Amino acid sequence: MSAVADTHAQEHHHGPAKGISRWLLTTNHKDIGTMYLVFSFAMFLLGGTMAMVIRAELFQPGLQIVQPEFFNQMTTMHGLIMVFGAVMPAFVGLANWMLPLMIGAPDMALPRMNNWSFWLLPCAFLILVSTLFMEGGAPNFGWTFYAPLSTTYGPPSTTFFIFAIHIMGISSIMGAINVIATILNLRAPGMTLMKMPLFVWTWLITAFLLIAVMPVLAGVVTMMLMDINFGTSFFDASGGGDPVLFQHVFWFFGHPEVYIMILPAFGAVSHIIPAFSRKPLFGYASMVYAVGAIALLSFIVWAHHMFTVGVPLAGQLFFMYATMLIAVPTGVKVFNWVATMFRGSLTFEAPMLFAVAFVILFTIGGFSGLMLAIAPADFQYHDTYFVVAHFHYVLVPGAIFGIFASAYFWLPKWTGHMYDETLAKTHFWLSFIGMNLAFFPMHFLGLAGMPRRIPDYALQFADFNMVSSIGAFMFGATQLLFLLIVIKCVKGGKEAAAKPWDGAEGLEWTVPSPAPYHTFATPPEVK
Amino acid sequence: MRVHAKRAGALLGGLVFPTWSMADWTMNMTPGVTGTSNDIFSLHMTILWICVVIGVVVFGVMFWSIFAHRKSQGHKPANFHENTMVEILWTIIPFVILVVMAIPATATLVDMYDTTESEVDIKVTGYQWKWQYEYVDQDFGYFSNLATPRDQIENRQDKGENYLLEVDNPLIVPVGKKVRLLLTANDVIHSWWVPEFGVKKDAIPGFINEAWFRVDEPGTYRGQCTELCGKDHGFMPIVVEAVPEEKFNVWLAEQKAAAEKERELTQKDWTMDELMARGEKAYQTACAACHQPDGSGAPPAFPALKGSPIATGDMTAHIDIVVNGKAGTAMQAFGNQLSEVDLAAVITYERNAWGNNTGEMVTPKEILDYKNQQ
Repeated sequence: MSAVADTHAQEHHHGPAKGISRWLLTTNHKDIGTMYLVFSFAMFLLGGTMAMVIRAELFQPGLQIVQPEFFNQMTTMHGLIMVFGAVMPAFVGLANWMLPLMIGAPDMALPRMNNWSFWLLPCAFLILVSTLFMEGGAPNFGWTFYAPLSTTYGPPSTTFFIFAIHIMGISSIMGAINVIATILNLRAPGMTLMKMPLFVWTWLITAFLLIAVMPVLAGVVTMMLMDINFGTSFFDASGGGDPVLFQHVFWFFGHPEVYIMILPAFGAVSHIIPAFSRKPLFGYASMVYAVGAIALLSFIVWAHHMFTVGVPLAGQLFFMYATMLIAVPTGVKVFNWVATMFRGSLTFEAPMLFAVAFVILFTIGGFSGLMLAIAPADFQYHDTYFVVAHFHYVLVPGAIFGIFASAYFWLPKWTGHMYDETLAKTHFWLSFIGMNLAFFPMHFLGLAGMPRRIPDYALQFADFNMVSSIGAFMFGATQLLFLLIVIKCVKGGKEAAAKPWDGAEGLEWTVPSPAPYHTFATPPEVK
Repeated sequence: MRVHAKRAGALLGGLVFPTWSMADWTMNMTPGVTGTSNDIFSLHMTILWICVVIGVVVFGVMFWSIFAHRKSQGHKPANFHENTMVEILWTIIPFVILVVMAIPATATLVDMYDTTESEVDIKVTGYQWKWQYEYVDQDFGYFSNLATPRDQIENRQDKGENYLLEVDNPLIVPVGKKVRLLLTANDVIHSWWVPEFGVKKDAIPGFINEAWFRVDEPGTYRGQCTELCGKDHGFMPIVVEAVPEEKFNVWLAEQKAAAEKERELTQKDWTMDELMARGEKAYQTACAACHQPDGSGAPPAFPALKGSPIATGDMTAHIDIVVNGKAGTAMQAFGNQLSEVDLAAVITYERNAWGNNTGEMVTPKEILDYKNQQ
């Protein structure tokens, strides 16, 4: 097309379409990003409601509110919805909004596929959530769905669960392809790989992880599908299969998956801490290499989830050493963030509060991870509340706080208004206290011997469970405040400048706030 | 040394303040009663302290920045953004710490995997939702079920001291002997865990895992299943009683004699009332978890027996499903789990309880004949 035609086209497409078709048919990265974020928050509330049911049942010993069958459905659905419905789509939403703005691209590289990868998600979750209303109930075998509990002994709805996983897997893979295509092809002139913002780097690596492991997940659920419906015996020992094979394949997906849920948060925090420290990020290059190292190591540590299944001694040692190694690059990242804050000029607006809490609490989750890596000790920790405490520490103040920090950081750019800082700080402090009250005592419960995934427990665990439930209710209720803050910010508030944070760096701050519907039609020059 | 001091302290505390020592606010792992669990405890404490020290240093620097380097304090930002020396140092130091940590961990692991030269071998089989213990070479075994009454779980009765951690038949082991466990499962994956032994191993259908322990102090030790295994995963505890060797031998002889007597009961002539009485008891232990005490079941996974075509229809089909189970479902084959007497009693009970008034009964001898025909 000629340059004249280009200009002409832009004059006529400066705004979004009207009505519902704007959202159904949009190929605009900002609209799709918004839809991902709204969807993920809705799933966060749904998964959170299930967590409230779990904590209500565990408030006291004895069965009060739900029966064990339903309790197991709640733990399973809570895990699945939070992992696949809340955390992953939230990061894809952030990627959609921010990657083009950060690299100076007009949109994602594959906009129509972008639309499809979003709209697959509500379909997948409609199927998944509908299983709650089916005869025999929803999946009840834990989010790790170990065979044969999920195959021979699974409820009839398992097949629907498998299709839901397939659909969300397709969505994730397409999202990842889009991210890679965008980053590798659409960077502004002059932006070399080692000049890319860290959020772009972490997402690039995350996208490769997604492409590598989502097909493995699709494979393992397909094998389940065959075992359940077509008489194969992949995971059935009585037919010559192997239940442990399931765990190897699942965790080959599952371990990189946990980094998929945290690496983009690493990236976002690496923007926020320098911005509010008014000082450049310490060790940019080592940050990039550390993320790469973590991603590579994530492929060779999967059996640390399986220390008690009877892996031979040599395997056990290999996976223990490899897992311990992950502490090195992760430590480098934490040291770099602290060194960035050191001798800066710090202020503590909501994004910074969430980012600093992220560094502290994620590190605590990292410490318990290091403890879990010690294979002999893992025999005591495994499948107890210590593990529950560990992964909630890396996921709630890790992934979720990372998402909140990002949301507050970029809300002025998205809406053109400043959010209410007092309310946001209240949101932070209530979340911080509630979350620690909910999850810290779980370390004690696990060490004292409480297994995970039980609807009722022995009396010596009663006190800490009550504390934990109170913290969980507090954390859960507080999240409604976030909804209020965002609605308030969308509707109005103090006008946001193009660059509302004086220490912030990057191309996204060179466009006006709110970001126009189309940005960087002409690529900027990066020196 | 430290470990022993703590154990002595715990023992003293237990004697002086019996309620206080059941500390509801237990925060740490306990050292346990075996060499393995003591090794694990000291690994746990070492890595915990390493983490605490690293945490204090890193967070110390961070908090110092938070307090001293605030904009509101008028602090002007520095502009440094790399320092190769520092970056190399904080890569190498953690690596060295990890190597130091890996050495004792490796030694402990090697020891845990050494299941040779065992003196007592016990096969442990996980079932939904109970454990079976079989003394290998002794031709003797039994099931171990949750003993906590339903009324306590559903809050109709005060909860007992060992709520959910008590069983009808605990595993009995002799003290001072190396006990090797051979773990497997009948249906789904379970995991056998007694924290005080430092033993946790998955029981996997079709596979046999090994674990071992040697307890020196007689006592009762409690644990739970730690792999999600379905509805009643939280209700299949483990209780191990370690007893002196002479006592163990006496117990073993008694149990074998009792088992022999039980087998003789098959030849006895049973009346309907006797079978119904025994059947109700056996049903509550073996069947009620799924089919419910009142036979109402929990469809579709666990069908109702009350008025069901199987429990009120053809007798042979009923015997077949109880003895052989139903492939592809949660219905287990009870032929090897229950004695002929219990099988006959349960089937008779199911055909006559809850309004299933067929009036039919089956005798243990008939069950034995049925099994022999197969």
